[in-house]
Amino acid sequence: MSRENMINATLLLGLAVVPLYAWATDEPFTITLATRVAILALAGVGLNIALGLGGLVSLGHAAFFGIGGYAMGILASHAQSYTPLMEVPFLIEGTKSMPVIWITALAASALAALLIGALSLRTSGVYFIMITLAFGQMFYFFAISWPAYGGEDGLSIYIRNDFPGLNTLDPIQFFGICFALLALALWLNARLAHSPFGLALNATRQNAQRVETVGLSPFRLRLAAFVISGAITGLAGALFADLNRFVSPTMFSWQMSGEIMVFIILGGVGRLYGPVAGAALFITLEHFLGGLSEFWHIYLGALLLGVVLFARGGVIGLLAGRKVAHD
Amino acid sequence: MTAILFIEQVLNGLQFGVMLFLMAAGLTLVFGVMGLINLAHGSLYMVGAFAAAAVAGATGSFLLALAAALGAAAAAGALVELLVIRRLYARDHLDQVLATFALILIFSEGTRWAFGSFPLFLDIPDYLSGPVTLPGGIEYPLYRLTIILTGLVIAAGLFWLISRTRLGIRIRAGESDREMIAALGVDISKLYTLVFALGAALAGLAGAMVGAIQSVQVGMGEPVLILAFVVIVIGGIGSIKGALIGAILVGMTDTLGGLLLPEVFKLFMEASAASTTGSALASMLIYILMAGVLIWKPQGLFGGQA
Repeated sequence: MSRENMINATLLLGLAVVPLYAWATDEPFTITLATRVAILALAGVGLNIALGLGGLVSLGHAAFFGIGGYAMGILASHAQSYTPLMEVPFLIEGTKSMPVIWITALAASALAALLIGALSLRTSGVYFIMITLAFGQMFYFFAISWPAYGGEDGLSIYIRNDFPGLNTLDPIQFFGICFALLALALWLNARLAHSPFGLALNATRQNAQRVETVGLSPFRLRLAAFVISGAITGLAGALFADLNRFVSPTMFSWQMSGEIMVFIILGGVGRLYGPVAGAALFITLEHFLGGLSEFWHIYLGALLLGVVLFARGGVIGLLAGRKVAHD
Repeated sequence: MTAILFIEQVLNGLQFGVMLFLMAAGLTLVFGVMGLINLAHGSLYMVGAFAAAAVAGATGSFLLALAAALGAAAAAGALVELLVIRRLYARDHLDQVLATFALILIFSEGTRWAFGSFPLFLDIPDYLSGPVTLPGGIEYPLYRLTIILTGLVIAAGLFWLISRTRLGIRIRAGESDREMIAALGVDISKLYTLVFALGAALAGLAGAMVGAIQSVQVGMGEPVLILAFVVIVIGGIGSIKGALIGAILVGMTDTLGGLLLPEVFKLFMEASAASTTGSALASMLIYILMAGVLIWKPQGLFGGQA
């Protein structure tokens, strides 16, 4: 077992043990913090597929996070008020069932990622960063100015949605759901990285021209990665909305995109468990520094600047040492 | 809707576009010359606005406030370039995005710490307030007209600077081959600091002038920054001409879209539904414009090979 694998196992174990301990000692707030870590890490795992594997610096992933959130908000609010979502051409009812909401969130954010990706992947480099940022902002303004689902005020859901066989209102059971989905996404990400698709994607990041000369299409590889990435981030958005029982346009804000990216960098770019380490560090900092000073973002900014300028491997890089570099 | 209202909105669009140009010009210069994407450009806009509000509050002079905005933003820009940005030129775009995102956090929270969370107000001076009558009997606020003229003068000055002066020649040379002009004896790192400070000063000026129309508050820079990105994507990275045309296009689309779209929808929808649909769609209009330009010309209207 390599050093990085040991760190990864410790991280995952730690994320499971802390809330279990909190559950045993009856501290539900700590469980909620751990649930936030799991959900935000899931969003980071999503972005990491585009960013780490594909080298696509997307600053618009809040769009998918928000779409996932609104998928939950819209379906649950219709179920809550017993009004159908639409009646023509066929009847669609709202729902409080988590699996249905998840599938909707995955499908809706995948569709959005397909459209945004198809447009923005025509370009690369700085253009790509600016365009994804701009599309993210487009959804933000749309959510603010569209009054049907709360507009600027957002949507409140009174009771958390149901999952068959579990009581989702119990914090530890809801944490279990989020943790299981995070583990599933990590497993999928690891499988993807070693699949023929992942290898081709990795090659595209390093040298797109060569990939093209062996007969693969970089555009299609990148688009597929972008869609998978957006869908996973969308699922995280649905869970995040369910955790807070509230959706608002803030989920679409560009700061959200920035934060998801910060998780990856704090943890370590291109590391499978980077988002988990980063999200855990972020929430810990937010909890402790936020208690010390109202202006804790200054310290976060300074830390981030330090990591980017001087410690490029992030937390995992610092602990596990340099990866044997292939690129 | 009357013709007068329409012309007023065209002028508002022009004013918005000119302000966007001041932001976009700095961004596109910094990208063109140094190959750097700077998310913290919006923070320099905010620094300019806060400096202007603070100086105007202390001295009561609007001209001093504008000078302070220029000076503070240029100084902040030069400082940031020397301390942080300089280390990022050789890095990839991801590092640049993150480091400048970190700078936003530091600038925003630092300003909140120094000035508090409540918005400040910057008053339009007496000699620039009130309406002015334009040919055709249109009344338009003198201050907004001043902004349009100032912006156009600065645009002309920038074109002159880039195409006619020694500094402009160096900037253009730096754009095409930085190693060659360093070999010819130009101090490239001093040039970079200068270009960065110039871009920062333009952003600070824009912040101060807009600050007198809107409120001066933390986080005011980022929405403008993202619009400036849209401008650059439309105009083409590195092109000042593209930035000017893109900025006016975006300013017009945003202002006129909000006015015209609800009217257009009223032709075939009932009034209240038309105004909600129209205004929701109007908020997306500039992004749709950007998508259109991307499909037609992926490198922007005046972009070379970036």
